[in-house]
Amino acid sequence: MFAVFRDLIRYNIEFAIGLVLVGIVVIFACLSFFSPVDPSLIYTTIPDQPPSAQFWFGTNSRGQDMFWQLSAAFRNSLVFGFTVAVLSRIISIAVGLTAGYLGGWVDRVLMFINDIFVAVPIFPVLVLFYFVLRNNMDSLTLALIMACFGWPFDARLIRSVALGLKHREFTRHAVFAGMSTRKVLLEEHLPYVMPIVFSTFMNNMLWSIGLEVTLAVLGFTNINNPTIGTALYWANSHSAMVVGVWWWIVIPVILMVMTFIGLFLLAMSMNEYIDPRSRLRRMGA
Amino acid sequence: MHGYLVFVGKRLLQLLAVIFFGVSATFLVTHLSPINPVEAALGRMTARSVSNPEAITAMRAALTELYGVNEPIWSQYINFWSRLVQGDFGPSLLAFPTPAMTLVMRALPWTVTLLTVATLITFAIGNVMGGLAGYNQNNRFLKAFGLVAIGIQPIPYYVVAFILLILFGFVWPILPISGGFAMNVTPGWNWPYISSVIQHATLPALSLVLVGFGGWFLGMRALVSNVVTEDYVTYAELAGVKRTTIVGSYVMRNALVPQLTALAMALGGVFSGTVITEQVFNYPGLGSLLIDAVNAGDYSLVLAVSSVSVTAVATAIFIVDLLYPILDPRVRAE
Repeated sequence: MFAVFRDLIRYNIEFAIGLVLVGIVVIFACLSFFSPVDPSLIYTTIPDQPPSAQFWFGTNSRGQDMFWQLSAAFRNSLVFGFTVAVLSRIISIAVGLTAGYLGGWVDRVLMFINDIFVAVPIFPVLVLFYFVLRNNMDSLTLALIMACFGWPFDARLIRSVALGLKHREFTRHAVFAGMSTRKVLLEEHLPYVMPIVFSTFMNNMLWSIGLEVTLAVLGFTNINNPTIGTALYWANSHSAMVVGVWWWIVIPVILMVMTFIGLFLLAMSMNEYIDPRSRLRRMGA
Repeated sequence: MHGYLVFVGKRLLQLLAVIFFGVSATFLVTHLSPINPVEAALGRMTARSVSNPEAITAMRAALTELYGVNEPIWSQYINFWSRLVQGDFGPSLLAFPTPAMTLVMRALPWTVTLLTVATLITFAIGNVMGGLAGYNQNNRFLKAFGLVAIGIQPIPYYVVAFILLILFGFVWPILPISGGFAMNVTPGWNWPYISSVIQHATLPALSLVLVGFGGWFLGMRALVSNVVTEDYVTYAELAGVKRTTIVGSYVMRNALVPQLTALAMALGGVFSGTVITEQVFNYPGLGSLLIDAVNAGDYSLVLAVSSVSVTAVATAIFIVDLLYPILDPRVRAE
């Protein structure tokens, strides 16, 4: 594991850049554990102060110190993306491995459901849930709903790997040795799909954080919970750009772009690592 | 030909299943929720004014009748489907008494046109450039193009649209940033109207293209750089086939098949992006309608927009899937 990591950093500049970008954002988000202020309170400091030695990222029109505010926002957003990714990975591994290994009608039924989930446009569905739940819609509910829609692409990918594993020698050995289906899937096949799970993990986080930003900017989430999206929502509702409080918009956007490019580079370089042909080409072999 | 018909039949069955489950889910989410649409509508109506109790009771009775919520859920469900096949979602509260379906139909052409044009441009630019970049791996310009693609691709639609809005609205105001067409032209087949529509659609389309092309570019580059190592490409090169012919007819055509699958799978996401873009640029499409409906608490309009968008996206995916055999003779032969 460690050697893989070292190789990736040495031979893959994209991975290194991605790691640095995501690392900065994660450290910044972790600072919120030491925050001297409660990010849900407003008017705790002088409003509309530009970035200075005292307020590194300035303060917004709601009287919040942007540094601590954004730190909490990024922590919440990253935790949210992480939750969605973990939950949807569990579903996609379960569906993908089962469908690939068992085949037959189980495979057909699961893939039929899978195709339905692929075709349903997620955004109107999320807006519908917000419309119905309104103020009961918290981050965890949203994460659960998005996890239910975030698995089908990756389930199909995992299934295609599992299809190949099914006819390998070791699977037959395991079956003859009397391993149960559950054990074959979890102990024999799961390690083979883990690289895919890791690389899709990043992509899934990108997708879910992006959707959360979109929903929050329109005001379709709990707007009192600081996230990347709600930070932009409040900036917009106070017309920050027009009033001249540019740091309220520009700083979160820069940090957000760093997060997204970082996660994307990590996902892309891991994807490349999984494909041995492109890995060898990069190492100059 | 027989095989193709079987394929179309299977896909059609799946399309109907998707629409059925999607629309049913929409119905269930709205009707099994603890929130009563009648009380919600009443709450909004009485929030800003004082009404006497009799009027509220009468209004509650009228709204209960309108939504049919006093019936058991399965009969509401049957009722919902029997009216839905006639295209009836009930009157909209936002623009009472206009039927919700009329509003949706008014907005649908805007979204469909914007989405189709933007997707085609995105798909074409991304794949052609990606294919060239995969084939000519040492070209400086294409390498730079790849860096730009990696930089823009992961940024959410909203941020790109917003940056465009600031650039072309405040910094360099040359394009209209709001609405579907200018106020002073009459809709119809006349040049001022058409040019105004195109001008207003430029920025929304540009934001969709900017966010979208990177994914196609990177996917195509990866696919092509694997295809060029195949023996038949080396053979064609040795045989002296022109490089443009190799790229166009052999390499890119082979790599395009998985990209078409990806297109079918990406359409749902592109639709979500369109919703945001429309909201940012105040474009009169389905997305703006959906957001207005949610903000106004318009129950039937939200149901109508969600159902129509599920149906529209599923149909678009179906159409893309039908294109497969045209591109891939192996599918045609089966």
